[in-house]
Amino acid sequence: MNVVVCAKVVPASTVTNRIDPDTRRLVRKDVTQELDPQAAKAVEEGLRLIDKHGGAITVVVMGGDDATIGIRSALAMGAAAAVHISDPALAGSDALGTAKTLAAAIRRESFDLVLCATESSDSYTGLVPGQLAQLLGLPPLTFATALSVDGRTVIIRRQSEGGYDVVTATLPALVTVTTGINEPRYPTLKGIMGARKKEIRKLTAADLGLGPSDVGGRAAREQVLTIGRPPARPPGKIVKDEGDGGTRIAEFLAAAKLA
Amino acid sequence: MPDLVWVHAEVVDGRISRATLELASKASELGRAEAVLLGPAPAEAVALLSAHGVSKVYRSTDPVYRDCLTLPAVETIVALLADHQPALMLFASSYAGRDVAAALSARLDCGALTDVGDLVLRDGVLEATIPALGGSYQNTSTLKGTGTKIVLVRPKSFEPRPNQQHVIVEDVVPPAGDGVRAVRVTERVTATREGPQLEDARVIVSGGRGLKGPDNFAMLQQLAELLGGAVGATRAAVDASWVPYAFQIGQTGKTVKPDLYVACGISGAIQHLAGMKGSKTIVAINTDAEAPIFQIADLGVVGDAFKVVPQLIEELRKRKQR
Repeated sequence: MNVVVCAKVVPASTVTNRIDPDTRRLVRKDVTQELDPQAAKAVEEGLRLIDKHGGAITVVVMGGDDATIGIRSALAMGAAAAVHISDPALAGSDALGTAKTLAAAIRRESFDLVLCATESSDSYTGLVPGQLAQLLGLPPLTFATALSVDGRTVIIRRQSEGGYDVVTATLPALVTVTTGINEPRYPTLKGIMGARKKEIRKLTAADLGLGPSDVGGRAAREQVLTIGRPPARPPGKIVKDEGDGGTRIAEFLAAAKLA
Repeated sequence: MPDLVWVHAEVVDGRISRATLELASKASELGRAEAVLLGPAPAEAVALLSAHGVSKVYRSTDPVYRDCLTLPAVETIVALLADHQPALMLFASSYAGRDVAAALSARLDCGALTDVGDLVLRDGVLEATIPALGGSYQNTSTLKGTGTKIVLVRPKSFEPRPNQQHVIVEDVVPPAGDGVRAVRVTERVTATREGPQLEDARVIVSGGRGLKGPDNFAMLQQLAELLGGAVGATRAAVDASWVPYAFQIGQTGKTVKPDLYVACGISGAIQHLAGMKGSKTIVAINTDAEAPIFQIADLGVVGDAFKVVPQLIEELRKRKQR
């Protein structure tokens, strides 16, 4: 079976993210990038499926030139090929613009399953997978904590408010995975070396037939009007435990009438 | 004419969700509130909605909306929106809410705003307040375009307020065909948990990676019982399968606003802060003095939770006996 994994490359978890007050966008320039840890779970889940059923994974990424490092990580994990959609015309796209771009790229692939993270670690809107499923006409199976394929049937455990639901659909389908679904493998040295030889196909918005009315800042429905800081909490008291930490908390709670 | 504001009403665990009532209350503040209620619902559902400001309910009790995810609801709502053109439609940031809103936003080519904490309509123009980067920033956003604005709201952003309305119920016909039945629920498994529900708890004692394993959550359970509260956890603790997902607090878990939040062995990743920084009083225990959790703590103890928490439990017991 052929699996497309949509991945995002995001500022590394060691980076304190900032928003540029002028563009009102996340600062991505000169910031260390990595394969989104949540996307790595989708790659891992795809690899487990093809280990069992055969087939190959194509990773599809929309992002700037510095996204290459994250794409290489996915290839080093075991994806066979990558599609990198990179174009200044895509800057400022909102979730729907992103979904349109990914959909246009995925339509050119032959696939049985599209895998996505539930949401990205940087912007967290969680809209793109659901929009993508709609644009591609695929049944959306979301919030998967477990995934299996049996013939042409895809089966997930879907997180619910009080437990989980078992949800099924017929392939082709789109599945979003939660962070608890697996622990992604580390790329081996062989994987890392091999990734250098794997193909990264570069595409522009024009290659995909997308123009300024579809993607980029002008097409974005979501418009940020102002960006600021929320009201700060008054600073609290920080003490070092000198063997009386528990007692001090008890005293604090009693004084605040909380215990 | 007041603006027409719709609410996507949800039944969770056999009840109209609290988030639905929060949205209904807000909708009736913004304009004329109407709700779309699809699928089997408890007998009191319509009365509960009308008691929270809803004056019209579009409803179908057809089980297709419960047994088949997303697609039947999208089909029905697309048709209803075309007929009635509300200014806004509000969804809870729940599983169903997120799925239906995302699909609608692509289907109607209108986009959506997510994670909204507050919103106003100024001369029909939507302005939404959205925390960004886990709440370290806060932006106001709007949606361009002429159609209905799709908005996903964070739970606990508004209080459910009594606002009794006379209510009209209009039946809607479920969509036909197999296409909308593509995503089928074949089994539902509900985990039971004892004590107060996280969302309703006045006190929450929460544990993270620093607790090092599932057994140590028993210590938090003891502390929670003494304080009359519930136990929560970070995503790291849930991903490690130390506690079930129902415990998870954060961007991808539950949003809580208790009177007291005791964070044990929690560093304060942005993902976690997003779900709890509205707590009235925050007490944090962590070995790392640089942990971000201390920046929002009212009282922070730099120390080992395995020493501090047992001492706190003992001290609270002593005080109870006095």
